[in-house]
Amino acid sequence: MSTATVMENTDTAESERPRVEHAPIPFRTVVGVELRKAFDTRSGFWLMVAMAATGVIATGAVLAFANDSDLTYDNFGAAIGVPMTILLPVVAILAVTGEWSQRAGLTTFTLVPHRGRVIRAKLAVTVMIGLASMVLAFGIGAIGNVVGSGLRGVDTVWDLSFTSILYIVGADLIGMMIGFMLGVLMRNSPGAIVTYFSYWFVIPTISGLLAANQDWFEKAQPWVDFNYNQGQMYDGGFDATSWAQLAVTGTVWLLLPLAFGLWRVVRAEVK
Amino acid sequence: MIIVDSLSKKYGGFTAVDHVTFRAEPGRVTGFLGPNGAGKSTTMRIMVGLTPATSGTSTVLGRRYADLPNPGREIGVLLDASAQHAGRTGREILTLAQRTMRIPRDRVDEMLDLVSLSDEESDRRVRDYSLGMRQRLGIATALIGDPEALVLDEPANGLDPAGIRWMRDLLRGFANKGGTVLLSSHLLHEIEVIADDLVVIGNGRIVAHGTKSDLLAAAGTFASAADLAALAKALVSAGHTAEESLGGVRTDADPAQVGRAALAAGVPLTELRPADGAGLEEMFLELTKDDAREEVAA
Repeated sequence: MSTATVMENTDTAESERPRVEHAPIPFRTVVGVELRKAFDTRSGFWLMVAMAATGVIATGAVLAFANDSDLTYDNFGAAIGVPMTILLPVVAILAVTGEWSQRAGLTTFTLVPHRGRVIRAKLAVTVMIGLASMVLAFGIGAIGNVVGSGLRGVDTVWDLSFTSILYIVGADLIGMMIGFMLGVLMRNSPGAIVTYFSYWFVIPTISGLLAANQDWFEKAQPWVDFNYNQGQMYDGGFDATSWAQLAVTGTVWLLLPLAFGLWRVVRAEVK
Repeated sequence: MIIVDSLSKKYGGFTAVDHVTFRAEPGRVTGFLGPNGAGKSTTMRIMVGLTPATSGTSTVLGRRYADLPNPGREIGVLLDASAQHAGRTGREILTLAQRTMRIPRDRVDEMLDLVSLSDEESDRRVRDYSLGMRQRLGIATALIGDPEALVLDEPANGLDPAGIRWMRDLLRGFANKGGTVLLSSHLLHEIEVIADDLVVIGNGRIVAHGTKSDLLAAAGTFASAADLAALAKALVSAGHTAEESLGGVRTDADPAQVGRAALAAGVPLTELRPADGAGLEEMFLELTKDDAREEVAA
């Protein structure tokens, strides 16, 4: 290797433009952009449409097929809430993984060169979409409940207390956080979605079987099975032990992997 | 002004970028030239903070990239035109950039006009774009913030000849207004027609660096004659180098010296010109060849 010509500084034009000091990008702008990104792709858009549609179909199904005694707010809420509980974490996953799987991060992280900010904005958007969807679900459920009982001429039953609603909202938010965590950890849409559905459908079956056949696991399950704790939340009525169990499993299965994922996200190369 | 100072990037035992130092000046187009895998893209990704450097620094307009308050308004970046969410429309991608940078909404239409993407094309999803259209969209994204500097990785890829010409004029205009342009290419000719300064990289190391005119002058003169051997002999006996190349002789003598030597030896010249492209191309191949060999030997 020989050549290394020193660069000659000939007729360098001075910048004609006055230097402008630009204002930093506020966090609300990043959140606004991330919110827009959750809806502006085909997958994002149809995911939202699918959630709204299943909510309406589920309400219609309860109206059409349920016995009079089953026309309760609890049942309407569950009919709408279950598909939403399953789909919301996918929204959270795609919000994160799109930057890597679709390589949009090359632009995102050059326009906002602080990945932590972008990820925090995505987290804010995830929670916002989650809460908004749940308000919508409980709203549609309430309408269904009033209309349904009116049509059938039975009393309108409001059998879902505010506390139970909080439990459900909490459990759904945990579900979304699991999706978010898997997105951050895997940075790959198909991988994170498959893992999420395994968590949702495969693990409960296995741990249920294990608990049914092994006494020791039945005792240990509340302390090791996060999915089990999360599932218990839909029934509400947690005592101190239940909260402690949720805290233990939540730390191990959600917070620690999330922390590890975030640590890697801010360091990893964006290609 | 973009300053890259002793930037290195190691992947385990492999050094992808090895103490790369150069600067891109305002008002000039700096061409970043090197064969595929030489470390151009890695260097550029480090410059904008997408890849952490193992050592060294780089600054844009006097600051580290991550310290720029609103980077899109100071430096336009296009690293890979295909790195976009395929499910978004071109217009949407520009809108996201416009919103992130907090600039007026009509910049989106201005940029679509500038890069000649029609309304119908801008409402198509990017998955249905040709590479050329993606490049245009990427250039629009880089320019939408009206930045002072541009960093473009292989921007001519996928453009048709008219598109390449268009981009060349665009970048020339940008530099003439005082902007700093750094663009990479693995094709010498592409860079040669636009760049004022050249940075040549091979196997992670800067192998040549200077103004294009200097590097061209270093490349010497190309001359041809019916009797190449006689021409070469005349040049050597006049104290110059002579190397047969591409149907002629390349020499370190200037054209006047070649003419005199040929006249003295009675060799009629059929061609005589600065070695330009051909010379630079050989230099490029030669400069990168050593490193390529090391690579094989390693």
